[in-house]
Amino acid sequence: MAQIEIKNVAKSFGAYQALHDINLTIEDQEFMVLLGASGCGKSTLLRIIAGLETATTGKVWIGGRRIDNLSPKDRGISMVFQNYAVFPHLTVFENIGFGLRMQKLPNDEVTRRVERTAGLMHIEQLLKRYSGELSGGQRQRVAVARALAMEPDVILMDEPLSNLDALLRMEMRAELKGVLAESKTTAIYVTHDQVEAMSMADRISVMHEGKIVQAASPIEVYRNPSAEFVAGFIGNPPMNFLPANPAESGKWQVAGQVIDGPGASAQLKFAIRPEDLRLADDGFKAVAKVIEPLGAHLLVTCEVDGQLFRAVLDSDFKVKPGEVLNLTPQPDRVRWFDPQTTLAVA
Amino acid sequence: MNARILPYVLILPVTLFLCLFFLYPFVLVSKQAFSTGAGFTLDNFREVVSYWKFPISMQNTLLLAAAVVPVQLALALLMATMVNRMQKGRDIVLYIWTIPLGISDLAAGIIWLAIFEQSGFLNSMMSGLGIVDQPVNFLSYTHPGIVFLAIALAEIWRATAIMLVILVAGIGLIPKEYCEAAEVFGASPWKRFTRITLPMLRPSLQTALVLRVILAFEIFAVVAALGGTLFPVLMGETYAYQFDLLNSGAAAAMALIILAISIGFTLVILRVLRVPKGATI
Repeated sequence: MAQIEIKNVAKSFGAYQALHDINLTIEDQEFMVLLGASGCGKSTLLRIIAGLETATTGKVWIGGRRIDNLSPKDRGISMVFQNYAVFPHLTVFENIGFGLRMQKLPNDEVTRRVERTAGLMHIEQLLKRYSGELSGGQRQRVAVARALAMEPDVILMDEPLSNLDALLRMEMRAELKGVLAESKTTAIYVTHDQVEAMSMADRISVMHEGKIVQAASPIEVYRNPSAEFVAGFIGNPPMNFLPANPAESGKWQVAGQVIDGPGASAQLKFAIRPEDLRLADDGFKAVAKVIEPLGAHLLVTCEVDGQLFRAVLDSDFKVKPGEVLNLTPQPDRVRWFDPQTTLAVA
Repeated sequence: MNARILPYVLILPVTLFLCLFFLYPFVLVSKQAFSTGAGFTLDNFREVVSYWKFPISMQNTLLLAAAVVPVQLALALLMATMVNRMQKGRDIVLYIWTIPLGISDLAAGIIWLAIFEQSGFLNSMMSGLGIVDQPVNFLSYTHPGIVFLAIALAEIWRATAIMLVILVAGIGLIPKEYCEAAEVFGASPWKRFTRITLPMLRPSLQTALVLRVILAFEIFAVVAALGGTLFPVLMGETYAYQFDLLNSGAAAAMALIILAISIGFTLVILRVLRVPKGATI
């Protein structure tokens, strides 16, 4: 059992506050992705869990054991680094076995575990090579095998795929997910790539300016963003926003349309995903500006009420810049945000 | 200009310089060493090797190198690791530690002479503290151990910094992630030093050791200042052949012997600290 509990963790570097009061519980065997733009504190949080940074305040438990005062080796973790950190002076075999050697395991046990994890990562034929003789993708596999060979309770990954090319990244993504699910470890995975996060995570923690804005399943984060930041960060293209003024109770005036909404009184923001818009006889008057045929669909960037507005339409649909479209939102997909707090309003 | 010729044109001046001022004199010295006026001979070598001072000066030179270089290596590694860990004031510490590099070896010898001689600082201090009744002549034939110690100390003080500078640069080149990875995978600070830092530092260690060992075999001025004739070394004997005995053939032979020893040690160091193909950072 390796549930991770993070309580009130904060970190400041001099006057700069990198993390503000982080509280997060990661379940046993869960695949948790920390997602955010660079500088949001996701790597710092991972390094605090790893023991490579010390939190200014706060506590961390792994499997019910408080670990924030222990050295990294006593925490039951292993880690995959962004630049792999595959030791160049050791062979692949000794790299994978490095942690086991440090634990002074007997030789045959080291050999057994190294060969097993090398087999898992399909690098058996590389065991005698040095890292200088490997490609980026192979080095990546060595780094993962080294982490798995420790048979850790928790595996930490800091942007492990960011240095691979796009095709290899997609391949490794699926493979990594499979291998980790099989190994039954709890995983924390840091990335700035939302597709990677969506495809791999059991749960995503979206981070912004040193805080966790939302921690939920990928679909939940995508469908029901808890804050405007998440709505604008997740999804490619992200959600559309329009200002909404109260009409009668439960009705809102949005770009000339009256739309059913929550019963709040003050101003709100209307939000809709580009793919949740339909062409209709009546709806938002959208002036098409840029048309991008992306194969699977057509991305139309338009202007509604002076605001930038994107719609994802069927790729067979014919439209020219300057034409006016009537776009109507799917009612159950409309979301509302309070412009004061930037939080979602139900 | 043709891109294939350009590199050769660019290194031409330095090649000419080296040929004129290094290769040519080297050929001349070799000719001198292997001749006594009429044809090829090994007489000069026979002469210097059979001289009674040759074994003792060889032994002294090797002993000094064996005593000084390991201490310097250990100190330089320790200092480089400390400097590398410093957040603030790193540069100022490095500058202070490298001051002895700017002092000529003869001046360094004289500084330590001022400490150890009969009317020197050490004697003043000891008589001031009442440890001795009258000044002791440390640097005399009655105290060979102290003569050796004084020379070794002066050399360590003077020439550790050259290794330090090379090692600091080398340690700076090792990405921090390797040490972090080693830490996560359970290596203690000492293990991280011996299993990660040292092996990855091999190219710098090679350079530092080769440079330092060659300089150790060429030790001359510090010994002249502190030991005089009490502590004969190879380079001192070479000087004596050339300028006291006016025997340039023998001096040239001595110079070539020192060169051969240096080349031998260089090859050993390069071999022992070699980095396997594909195992570089």
